[in-house]
Amino acid sequence: MSVIEKEKVCELSELPPYQGRTVVHDGEQVALFNVPGIGIYALQHWDPIGKAFVISRGIVGDVNGHLCVASPLYKQHFKLDSGECIEYPEVRLKTWKVRVENSVISLD
Amino acid sequence: MEQIVIVGNGMVGHHLVTQLVEKGAHLEKRITVIGEERFIAYDRVQLSSVFSGKSRNDLMLSSEEWYAKHGIELILGCKVKKIDREEKRLLLDDKGVIEYDHLVLSTGSFPFVPPIEGKDRENIFVYRTLDDLSKIKDACKGAKTGAVIGGGLLGLEAANALKLLGVKTHVVEFAPRLMPVQLDDGAGEVLKDKIESLGLTVHTNTVTEKICDGETAQLRMVLKDKPALEVDVIVFSAGIRPQDSLAKDAGLKTGERGGIVIDDQCRTSDKNIYAIGECALWQEKVFGLVAPGYAMARVAASEIMSHETSGFMGADMSTKLKLLGVDVASIGDAHKTTEGAQEMLLQDAVAGVYKKLVVDETGTKLLGAILVGDNSDYDALLQCYLDETPLPEHAANLLFDTQMLQGNMSDSAMICSCHNVTKGDLVAAIQAGAHDLDTVKSQTKAGTGCGGCSNMVKSVLDEQLNAMGLEVNNHVCEHFALSRQEMFHLCQVEGIKDFTTLLAKHGTGHGCDLCKPTAASIFASLWNEHILEPQHSALQDSNDAFMANLQKDGSYSVVPRVAGGEITPDKLIALGKVAKRFDLYTKITGGQRVDLFGAQVEQLPGIWQSLIEAGFETGHAYGKSLRTVKSCVGSTWCRFGVDDSVGLAIELENRYKGLRAPHKIKFAVSGCTRECAEAQSKDIGVIATENGWNLYVCGNGGMRPRHADLIAADLSKSELVTLIDRVLMFYVRTADRLQRTSVWMENLEGGLEYLKQVVIEDSLQINESLESQMQLLVDTYQCEWAATLKAPEKLARFKPFINSESNSPIYPYERIRGQRIPVKEV
Repeated sequence: MSVIEKEKVCELSELPPYQGRTVVHDGEQVALFNVPGIGIYALQHWDPIGKAFVISRGIVGDVNGHLCVASPLYKQHFKLDSGECIEYPEVRLKTWKVRVENSVISLD
Repeated sequence: MEQIVIVGNGMVGHHLVTQLVEKGAHLEKRITVIGEERFIAYDRVQLSSVFSGKSRNDLMLSSEEWYAKHGIELILGCKVKKIDREEKRLLLDDKGVIEYDHLVLSTGSFPFVPPIEGKDRENIFVYRTLDDLSKIKDACKGAKTGAVIGGGLLGLEAANALKLLGVKTHVVEFAPRLMPVQLDDGAGEVLKDKIESLGLTVHTNTVTEKICDGETAQLRMVLKDKPALEVDVIVFSAGIRPQDSLAKDAGLKTGERGGIVIDDQCRTSDKNIYAIGECALWQEKVFGLVAPGYAMARVAASEIMSHETSGFMGADMSTKLKLLGVDVASIGDAHKTTEGAQEMLLQDAVAGVYKKLVVDETGTKLLGAILVGDNSDYDALLQCYLDETPLPEHAANLLFDTQMLQGNMSDSAMICSCHNVTKGDLVAAIQAGAHDLDTVKSQTKAGTGCGGCSNMVKSVLDEQLNAMGLEVNNHVCEHFALSRQEMFHLCQVEGIKDFTTLLAKHGTGHGCDLCKPTAASIFASLWNEHILEPQHSALQDSNDAFMANLQKDGSYSVVPRVAGGEITPDKLIALGKVAKRFDLYTKITGGQRVDLFGAQVEQLPGIWQSLIEAGFETGHAYGKSLRTVKSCVGSTWCRFGVDDSVGLAIELENRYKGLRAPHKIKFAVSGCTRECAEAQSKDIGVIATENGWNLYVCGNGGMRPRHADLIAADLSKSELVTLIDRVLMFYVRTADRLQRTSVWMENLEGGLEYLKQVVIEDSLQINESLESQMQLLVDTYQCEWAATLKAPEKLARFKPFINSESNSPIYPYERIRGQRIPVKEV
């Protein structure tokens, strides 16, 4: 039986509402988003369309009911839960499962 | 050059001037206006509002600048002594002589003072002019009681003035009821009750026999068959008489009971002389309201310009007023004088409402109406009357509810009688693309006179849009069913300062990358709080969030402000040192400053620390805000320079720096007409002339170039700044999201002329607030970077990783022409 290891990346208090922050996790740059009352989301920081590490600097909101972040470079929207790009569904950001325990944020 | 002379600068006389200017008369004829009062035309209808908080200036309908700008000679405080028709000239009381080709008499009327013994004593006044008001005001200092002789429309206005001055007020009316011309006994009684409940005393059926010294007050009014009244101040308001003495002396035909006789073309018995407004007598009738006077002004203007006109065709005398806060309205044959007419009545003593409908003998046509205490049905009833709409069965139901009349308006129905706009005119404008109220108003002018028809214009608009199956959607995004302008307005009037409140009150969902930056920009334009305050920082686009310009590789560029493009060698060296230390690619921008590229987020605070120490401040290159004011070197050095363009550019840039707007804004100032600063391709362009500064607005370079429009010429610096304040703030308030001024102007129905009306003539009466809003922004300016460096919590986001001290991984760079650029496929 394998146990999935969760690694602490930051405290909840370090994630202001609706504003992205970046952490390094397993050598990868991960963008974290705190949507108050709903949850914390983790997606890859690399924008595969704009080709730069910028995703955490995007504006968080919802489009047709899907929570998403808009890339600050060319404004494509990526769904926070699945990483799927709304404008280009074939493009998908890597996502991580997020656990919040005693205000500690960890990723698998 | 033909000479038009207008005697009288009241509301109607001024309207004539505006009509002439609209027809271009000032370009081909000389126009001279002579006014007896020392004030320029003002809104006489609103006179008593001077005592309820309005200033004199609020009442002014125009300005001496406006007249001067259109080359119209305005002579105020001057009386015409004589018209010399032989020589076609006027003799003035200051011995001046003015020749005319066309003469227009708009001399108005004078208050009638009945020949009562003692009428010339002190503390007795008439109520007509601002000067009358000043005298009444002075006399009321220390006065306890006052009386108005005359309980008509003006008398009640005068009574309101006395009441507002804190004097216990009596109204003495000779007739058996108040407003005898407009109301019947029942209505007069309801009005009397209402007015008395406000603390005034009404004496109807009362004749003043003489005025003598008082015992307990200054004056005693001896009344016929009634106990005398002791008062300190008396105001006569017993009707008006046409001011026709000038015409009479000149041998023009006048009516038996006064009034200069005119034909349908508003010509007097001398074909070179017109008479309009209250001094004119048309078909034995004098019109004591402003709308018919305006109609005459339109006819006279067309005649003078030899334009076709259908002539003056009389006017409906229906009126709707609020007197002493009480609604009063009278329509058509209110007194049931038509043969066979019948009436229907509603008299609600509890609510203080009186309504009467006068219908023809068949009961199918509305002939007239009286409303007291509740005017809300006036528009519907007036339309029904003017249109001769067949009445529904049981027309008496209209006394309770006029809903059943809705939608029955014909295209010829007059909506705005001030500007002669029919429903058909409105419909045509709406069908041609005017899809919001402001646009419809500016295009048709409906609702821009007395404003009384605004609601009707709105309902015609709604109805028509509905009929066209149109739902015009300029909503900001899916989260707000509001245009940017509406969002701005709501934030302003409701004092909304943060997105959470805005979303909770007016939106749905979480918001998005469209509405959040829009709201952030609106908050900045309104309240000017720092953009990185916790409630605002998540709303900002990446550029604003990091106060730098995001580049394709995820790095940022930095542009410090170089106002007017003027920079000292020391500052230039300092800039170079910073660029060198951080190895930043350096390029001169089109806006005469220096852009430093290739900074990582964590470097930005350090770069700015150095720049601020060297005396720089943020350049807002990242914001939808004022960017630069470009300038040529101007008269300081240039052999051809007419004025100091650099000095003005620096002043303007320092005034408007930090101003956030729907999109970026660029200025330029050229020191002469050679236009080396390319001001006509800017949002705001200024060009020096021999006599001041010419202001151009709403130009653009870029993708879709547009030459800016000249909005005003030969301005002084303070006039220039005031006008720029107004234009910019009007743009900030009304433009759509990401709409440059050029597109805004093109979408502004009525275009440049409309913009001029708003910002120069103050047609929306918002200039004061536009200016004060701008002043607030100027006064609260701060360098966003300087403030951020002093607030460590705002710097948290500039740390690339919250769980690591590493810097941003540097992307591969290469060097080209001695500078560092990212290696990246294009």
